[in-house]
Amino acid sequence: MCRTFAARNEVPKAGKSDAGYITTANGKPKAASRRPAPITLNEIKTLIWKEVTLEWRQKYAISGMLLYVVSTVFVCYLSFNLRRNQLTPIVWNTLFWIILLFTAVNAIAKSFSQERHGRLLYYYNLCSPQAIIISKIIYNSLVMGVLSVLGFVFYAFVMGNPIQDNGLFSICILLASTGFASVLTLIAGIASKADNSATLMAVLSFPIILPMLLMTIRLAKNAMDGLDWSVSTDEITTLLSIDLIVITLSYLLFPYLWRS
Amino acid sequence: MRKIWWKILCVVIIFYVIIWGFIGPVPRLAIINESIRNTYFHVALWLAMTTLLLLSMVFSIRYLMKGNIKDDDIASEVAKAAIFFGILGCLTGSVWANYTWGDPWPNDPKLNGAAVGILIYLAYLLLRSSFEDEQRRARISSVYNIFAFAVFIPIIYILPRLTDSLHPGSGGNSTFGSYDFDNNIRRVFYPAVIGYILLGLWIAELRIRIKQINRVREEALIESGKL
Repeated sequence: MCRTFAARNEVPKAGKSDAGYITTANGKPKAASRRPAPITLNEIKTLIWKEVTLEWRQKYAISGMLLYVVSTVFVCYLSFNLRRNQLTPIVWNTLFWIILLFTAVNAIAKSFSQERHGRLLYYYNLCSPQAIIISKIIYNSLVMGVLSVLGFVFYAFVMGNPIQDNGLFSICILLASTGFASVLTLIAGIASKADNSATLMAVLSFPIILPMLLMTIRLAKNAMDGLDWSVSTDEITTLLSIDLIVITLSYLLFPYLWRS
Repeated sequence: MRKIWWKILCVVIIFYVIIWGFIGPVPRLAIINESIRNTYFHVALWLAMTTLLLLSMVFSIRYLMKGNIKDDDIASEVAKAAIFFGILGCLTGSVWANYTWGDPWPNDPKLNGAAVGILIYLAYLLLRSSFEDEQRRARISSVYNIFAFAVFIPIIYILPRLTDSLHPGSGGNSTFGSYDFDNNIRRVFYPAVIGYILLGLWIAELRIRIKQINRVREEALIESGKL
């Protein structure tokens, strides 16, 4: 039955990953999704690979996001009237993270809504929900990592680069992209169930992401001033623990979301 | 009469808090002076609100485990009562801040956290209103409710303590209970928390009953239409 369903809905053609689904599904998909299912690394790997292939096949999505970052940065650059000398470090920092926040919301909002209903049903039959949410989080973190690094390079190119401690700043980017990705993935899952999902996505995610954003901005400020790493341990541990809480909650709650 | 004792208890406690809160003895402290009486209202309201939100989350978890729609009714109405208390807590805090810190809304991490917390729960209400189907609404908003509470606690109680805040317990300020929280205050403060929690439950209970009556009537209408 799964196979006929697959054929009708033109599921990703990658033959290898298809085989992967079938072996993990064991022919008892419903029971598997209700129990805290035995998720295998293999399953997650296959799912991530599927996301990458899908993305690669329809390049407009990722290139659209890249263009989004670049044009936003450029708009900011022009709006500040080309006077980069007058840009204080605080404004530089805040502006960068707000651009990244909006990029993240836009990039991740599509992670559930882009999938058609039939295809979602297909996944529902084959994989455990935990594997799906984990793979989506990992994949979105990768996308966010790539987007924020490229965004940073372009931003630094046009707006100047006042950062003194590059190592700490890259840790900051890493933590922020995983954090944004994990919060927004669950919220995107919630919002995609409703009708006006674009508005809901913004309304639901902004207040929740705020503590993370503030911590990130503070950490990035430390990196810009080149302060000693011991000053920033507080921020790093807080960010890590928020990430951990959010990922655990997503892991626990997503199965309930998935069923409806 | 259906278990009316706790409602009577609630009324008695609230009157006790109002009367004894205004005429009872309080410690004299610089700057705060008589406004320390606001502890009975502002601080107690926030504590009551957090308790109600915790309760709401527990019922959301119960809904997800058992799938009984009544649990979701309870969760949502208790959350609404908690939001009401949150807004009252903000207002009383604002009055207090105006006379002690000289500004109704000083730029303080705890205040901003409180505003964000209320935004989170308003978003919860918005999320609820955007579904037609009852079971679907219940399930998805329960998921969000649990998630929201897990983010709400760090925003209100953990993050402000890491930074400088005007509130007690952060940025080198001492916490309550260390030296200025004497027995005179305790005698009113703890009943106040209990009283507000009971009041919130009462409000929620009335609304839950209205909801359930409406549901029964709707079902009856549908039945009669079919028959």
